[in-house]
Amino acid sequence: MKAYVKETLTGFYSLLAGLGVTIRYFVKPIVTVQYPREKIDMSPRYRGHTEFLLDPETGSHRCNACENCARTCPSGVITVTGVKVPGTKKKRAVTYVLDYSLCSLCGLCVEVCPTNALKFSNEYRLAGYSRQDMIIDVMARLKAQQRALGLPEEVPPAPEAEAPAPEAAKSGEAES
Amino acid sequence: MMLEKGLEERTFYLNLGPQHPSTHGVLRIVLEMDGEFIVTADPVIGYGHRAHEKMAELRTYQQYLPNMGRVDYLHALAYNQCYCMAVEKLAGITVPERAEFIRVITSELNRISSHLLWFGAYLLDLGAFTPFLYCFDDREQILDLLDRLTGSRLTYCFYRFGGVPVDIDDDFIAGCRAFSQRLRSRWDDYDNLVTKNVIFIHRTRDVGILPPEMALQYGVTGPTLRGSGIPYDIRKSEPFSVYPLFDFEIPIGERGDVMDRYLVRLQEMEQSLRIIEQALDKLPNGPIMAEKVPKRLKPPEGEVYTAVETARGEFGIYLVSKGDVKPYRVKLRVPCFSNLSVLPELIKDTMVADAVAILGSIDLVIPEIDR
Repeated sequence: MKAYVKETLTGFYSLLAGLGVTIRYFVKPIVTVQYPREKIDMSPRYRGHTEFLLDPETGSHRCNACENCARTCPSGVITVTGVKVPGTKKKRAVTYVLDYSLCSLCGLCVEVCPTNALKFSNEYRLAGYSRQDMIIDVMARLKAQQRALGLPEEVPPAPEAEAPAPEAAKSGEAES
Repeated sequence: MMLEKGLEERTFYLNLGPQHPSTHGVLRIVLEMDGEFIVTADPVIGYGHRAHEKMAELRTYQQYLPNMGRVDYLHALAYNQCYCMAVEKLAGITVPERAEFIRVITSELNRISSHLLWFGAYLLDLGAFTPFLYCFDDREQILDLLDRLTGSRLTYCFYRFGGVPVDIDDDFIAGCRAFSQRLRSRWDDYDNLVTKNVIFIHRTRDVGILPPEMALQYGVTGPTLRGSGIPYDIRKSEPFSVYPLFDFEIPIGERGDVMDRYLVRLQEMEQSLRIIEQALDKLPNGPIMAEKVPKRLKPPEGEVYTAVETARGEFGIYLVSKGDVKPYRVKLRVPCFSNLSVLPELIKDTMVADAVAILGSIDLVIPEIDR
């Protein structure tokens, strides 16, 4: 009987102790962010989808369409096409399309890039109404950035006669 | 009279899951019930099967890295570490010490976040909503720290063969120290809120007792095994990485009931904090990436097994290479599969409410079982 009463009392006290904790935190400042009205900044290293790094020297991207990123991507989400720059052996990217719905955000494409042309964006609100909304045209984003900064848009080099130009033009149409 | 005649000794079947909130994923348990009591239990798995092992055979070594974060999404970094260790062992890559330290620090942070999530979700199963909010507040601090370093918040893909891609900075170190102080100051709150709570004690004490012999027979590992009083922890028994340099204890339980498994996990968080603090104190300078790791990795022919201690038990990778750019075979030994197999024994002859308490105490991650 004595033990029973003791257990009841300690049990009741334990409930009060728990309530004490919640009451103490009740008067402390809130820790949640009221999302649609408040937004938090993402950390600089946050991995959103990839985008082109704007090279401050040239005012454009550095991608030479080597397709290393497309080959290393585990899910095969990257499609990049380029044309040869006339007079040199180098290529220059014309389109760069990302199917973000399949991306697993491993970051291998950014690491493998020989010219460091890619970076992660800080975009985290990516809700869309269809799968098409998840297909990100990285080149178009770069152009929008260039327009916003007042930089001249890059005119793609004129395709050479036998180069893979028709293909590039076709895929460019398909995405637009 | 009529009623008595109509009464029969009959059992009925009850499906717990696959969409039950307390199964934390798509696990289905077919319960044969005699009134309120469970006669037999039969777990049905495979709803979340994604063929991770087969995917390894179709991808190169690097391309398989992101998969590791998705086998067990709650302690993804330990899985990253195990896979990297396996490939490094096979290819003969030595990881610089600083990189090993960074791996240990991040992996232990991840372990705490996994245990905190278990803590919150388990108490939700038992009907307590408030503790969930407190531990998610703490967990958020870890996610912010890891987010600043790794770039992601849940399915990390951070370690690389030969090291880590990004070095930690002073902000991260200061953040870790501040976090460990903060979490230590919260233990009292957790105790007052949950551990000493009379309702919680009555729901967990002497419920779901797992005898140590049975645990060993079923190959149970992790806190579930340690709750039964067997101090088996890969970090001590088969030390990997730089764990031998740190001083930490393996908390064990006495009775092997749900309460002991709960206490073991709480104490493990404290031990993880100790490891993190020691690692931050001893953090050596130097490179974070091994030199000359080929971009196109082709490990020589051979096979290798590595194991790490995750938040749920022993995770092992058995990797077979035929000297190609892709693994020939990858076998994942996941702890939850073995831990689940002991569940039918544990929930026999208990009531449904206790079955939920026992199920939660094993800390199952269903995608890991199905993988």
